[in-house]
Amino acid sequence: MNLTLTHLFALLPLIIVGITVVVVMLSVACRRNHFLNATLSGCGLILALLSVFWVQCSDHGSQLPTLVSPMVAVDSYSLFYIGLILVAALACIVFAYAYFDRLKVHREEFYLLLLCSTLGAMVLVSAVHMASLFIGLELMSVPLYGMAAYIFKRQQSLEAGIKYLVLSAVASSFLLFGMALLFAAYGELGFAELGLKLVSVDYLDTWTIIGVGMMVIGLAFKLSVAPFHMWTSDVYEGAPAPVSAFLATVSKVAVFAVLVRFFILAPTFSVKLHTVIAVLAVLSMLTGNLLALRSHNIKRLLGYSSIAHLGYLLTAVVVLRSGVSDGAGELSESGQLVLEATGVYLVGYVLTSLGTFGVVALATHADSANRDTSELRGLAQRRPVLAVCMAFMLLSLAGIPLTAGFIGKFYVLALTVNGELWWLAASVIVGSAIGLYYYLRTIVELFLPTDDATVTAANGRGQALGALVVVIAAALTLWIGIFPEPIITMVNSALPVGL
Amino acid sequence: MILPWLILIPFIGGLLCWLAGYMGHALPRYVALVTMGLVTVLSFWLWATGDFQLGAVGAVPAWTHEFQVGWIERFGITFHLAIDGLSLVMIILSGLLGILAVGCSWSEVTDRIGLFHLNLMWIIGGVMGVFLAIDLFLFFFFWEVMLVPMFLLVALWGHHSDEGGSPAKAAIKFFIYTQASGLLMLLSILGLAFAHYYQTGVFTFDYQALLDSPIGGTLGMVLMLGFFIAFAVKLPVVPLHGWLPGTHAQAPTAGSVDLAGILLKTAAYGMLRFALPLFPEQSALFAPVAMALGLIGIYYGAVLAFPQTDIKRLVACSSISHMGFVLIAIYSGSTLALQGAVVLMVAHAFSAAGLFIISGQLYERLHTRDMRQMGGLFGRTGALPGFALVFVMASLGIPGTGNFIGEFLVLFGAFEESPWVVVIASGGLVLAAVYSLVLMLRVYYGAPKSKTALPGLGVRETSMLALLVVALLITGFFPQLVLNLSLQSMTEVTQWFLNPSLLQ
Repeated sequence: MNLTLTHLFALLPLIIVGITVVVVMLSVACRRNHFLNATLSGCGLILALLSVFWVQCSDHGSQLPTLVSPMVAVDSYSLFYIGLILVAALACIVFAYAYFDRLKVHREEFYLLLLCSTLGAMVLVSAVHMASLFIGLELMSVPLYGMAAYIFKRQQSLEAGIKYLVLSAVASSFLLFGMALLFAAYGELGFAELGLKLVSVDYLDTWTIIGVGMMVIGLAFKLSVAPFHMWTSDVYEGAPAPVSAFLATVSKVAVFAVLVRFFILAPTFSVKLHTVIAVLAVLSMLTGNLLALRSHNIKRLLGYSSIAHLGYLLTAVVVLRSGVSDGAGELSESGQLVLEATGVYLVGYVLTSLGTFGVVALATHADSANRDTSELRGLAQRRPVLAVCMAFMLLSLAGIPLTAGFIGKFYVLALTVNGELWWLAASVIVGSAIGLYYYLRTIVELFLPTDDATVTAANGRGQALGALVVVIAAALTLWIGIFPEPIITMVNSALPVGL
Repeated sequence: MILPWLILIPFIGGLLCWLAGYMGHALPRYVALVTMGLVTVLSFWLWATGDFQLGAVGAVPAWTHEFQVGWIERFGITFHLAIDGLSLVMIILSGLLGILAVGCSWSEVTDRIGLFHLNLMWIIGGVMGVFLAIDLFLFFFFWEVMLVPMFLLVALWGHHSDEGGSPAKAAIKFFIYTQASGLLMLLSILGLAFAHYYQTGVFTFDYQALLDSPIGGTLGMVLMLGFFIAFAVKLPVVPLHGWLPGTHAQAPTAGSVDLAGILLKTAAYGMLRFALPLFPEQSALFAPVAMALGLIGIYYGAVLAFPQTDIKRLVACSSISHMGFVLIAIYSGSTLALQGAVVLMVAHAFSAAGLFIISGQLYERLHTRDMRQMGGLFGRTGALPGFALVFVMASLGIPGTGNFIGEFLVLFGAFEESPWVVVIASGGLVLAAVYSLVLMLRVYYGAPKSKTALPGLGVRETSMLALLVVALLITGFFPQLVLNLSLQSMTEVTQWFLNPSLLQ
């Protein structure tokens, strides 16, 4: 096939990030300057973000969805998630600048890794083919090993990196095996082609179910869904805080988006498979929340809470069992609800995760090994703005009204009611009730008086910019919590190719 | 246009309090007082100018004022506020108790004053929203919004209990109870909205629209239970009351006043406004169970109150007992009993607020809430024991106070339909006399623990208590003021309850 200008135009965001990688690499080779390289990376991402709007809104945009190759589709769905990923990556760069500014290590290569990983995530959300799925996933994961172990002189960080490397590789092999089984059965690797074959057979054989199941397991590892969550808390705790933020946002969004796309294009109406996914969802909600109860380390706690949140979100995949089209090729009511729920929940989740991890990155010592919640104790005295934002973000994670998190939870409950999945509804409620305990405990910590005078407010460009990002994230969370209509409209227009 | 201001004024006032907190110690208190004053004046103005005795009682609820703007069109959710007599009674009550809450924390709260009043104002704002919202999503929204400031109030300004529990723990317990049951209600609301959607093809959370399409059968029963449990936790109804004593005991005085005076009433209001009219058939079926729970509450609360040594715990447990009467009235299906429930709610708000304020004042003087360390306070603390006697008498339902009128109407009204329930419930009145008088005896009579005189009541303290006494006597001697306001709403509720078929 020929690559025309239209195709290149559609790929503009990916190309810009790719060029940024090269530019930053050259710049690091010429001159080691933390500020310069962080700024270059940030500018690259901003340009890419602008190009997303351009591609979406320009005349060429009417030619969307564009199938650039059998592997990569640029449609409004992928553009929406690319935008979300770029925003998250940008925020992570700001936090990383503030975080590494205080450390005396080689800091510049970090941005290179981060950009590569972002590029991988962008490929992943545009993937409509097993090959591009795998390439995207690996391009996203491999730099993450390096990022997690970036402060390799600290044993915890190194351990986190190696742990993530080993488990991620295992997950990838599961994924590959699953793909191989599907290829052996149907001879297709494209999602849509596979979907056609799957629809035409009226009985799924065991190998197909195992194949799809293994793919789900592989992706569940990356999403840290229970019982494949073992790595999460250790990696979140050991990795530098900006990396944890990146893991919690960019990698989760990308993998979840591709999972949903896969199930839309290649619907398996197998009850068995979706029962398994429902069980995974319930397990994640309960395990994540229960484990978080006993953890006093703020990063571990947020890690466990992210397990629970992915559990809530998996409800959307369970509902996909009944497909998203109403038979006439139009989006069905429940299908629309699934896409909306996924989009709105992920936006809220990304904003709040950025906010919480951002506060952790900004407010705690970069070089102290243990990050107890007690380290955040009395934050309201030292840095009132950060403390208020943090409290608000935690309320959003708990799903209290006035926050984006509540709108997300509203959607999840709406999904369960609409799909009559009462067990899932019950476990969402139980999970939320348990979750409240540790979120509220942390909030109270923030406002308790402390006599620890050793922690002084850090100053500097990075800190100020980081605080600004946190405040913006909090403001957006509040805005979506009060006026969700714009974001719902936006998600509604982000339909994946094939609908 | 006046309705959104009733909600906005406390929210804006709260923010101003917070800012004022950075300028001076006294300033936030005055800002809060002015805010609450404005709200109260506004609600009295509504009373004076509005017509709340709307004539025809039919299937369509009649509102005196309405306000509606679009909000989330995707689900047909609108920002829909409306007021009728029942809402107005509750709003006037919230305004008055709001003023008292500011007053009673004047000398009690000394740190982070701005933030404290922010929370206090936002509780009132959230409660106003609960009493005005008639879009179910909006109602749930405010229902949850009022929890967060209440939680912070207890967690950050609460007292440590004598048994060593931290206020944060009590606050978290309160929050989990109410939030988890709230989610059940959200689930029910969603179920209702989706059922309506599949019937009519229109997404709406509007009270009126949902009222017109009642759901029958098992689904209706399950959805009704979702609502009932959420309200039962807040009221509280006995198996779900676990959060109440601890939270009350450890809340600051202003928190207890708001909690007993207003927040408990949101639950009764929710039952009257939503649980009954939306599910009339199921509620009628469920009524015997609810009444039995009410009976259990009356006795259990009284028995629980008697051995308490913490004065605030005792008052809190007595609330469980009083709310048992309200629950019986709500499910009795008699207009008279429902009217009695409204009067009882108002009177209980005043008497419980009075007792909590007095507990707070005792704590400021003695630095303990343990009744074993009190005793013989009559004569040592000026006029305080006298006021306490009035509130204790009100609480046990002596004629001349609103509590008597309320309990009398409840029992009188419910007798025709369910005489045995009334007979058993009347026994609870005796127990109320027992624990109330025991409170009086332990704290104010007996041998004094010390001879030194404690500071008497200041002007602020006296005027707060006097205001409450006057309010109690007014509801006792002129209950018609309240009854006239709520008659129309209560008649509607009875209509739905007795003739669910009227709606089809």
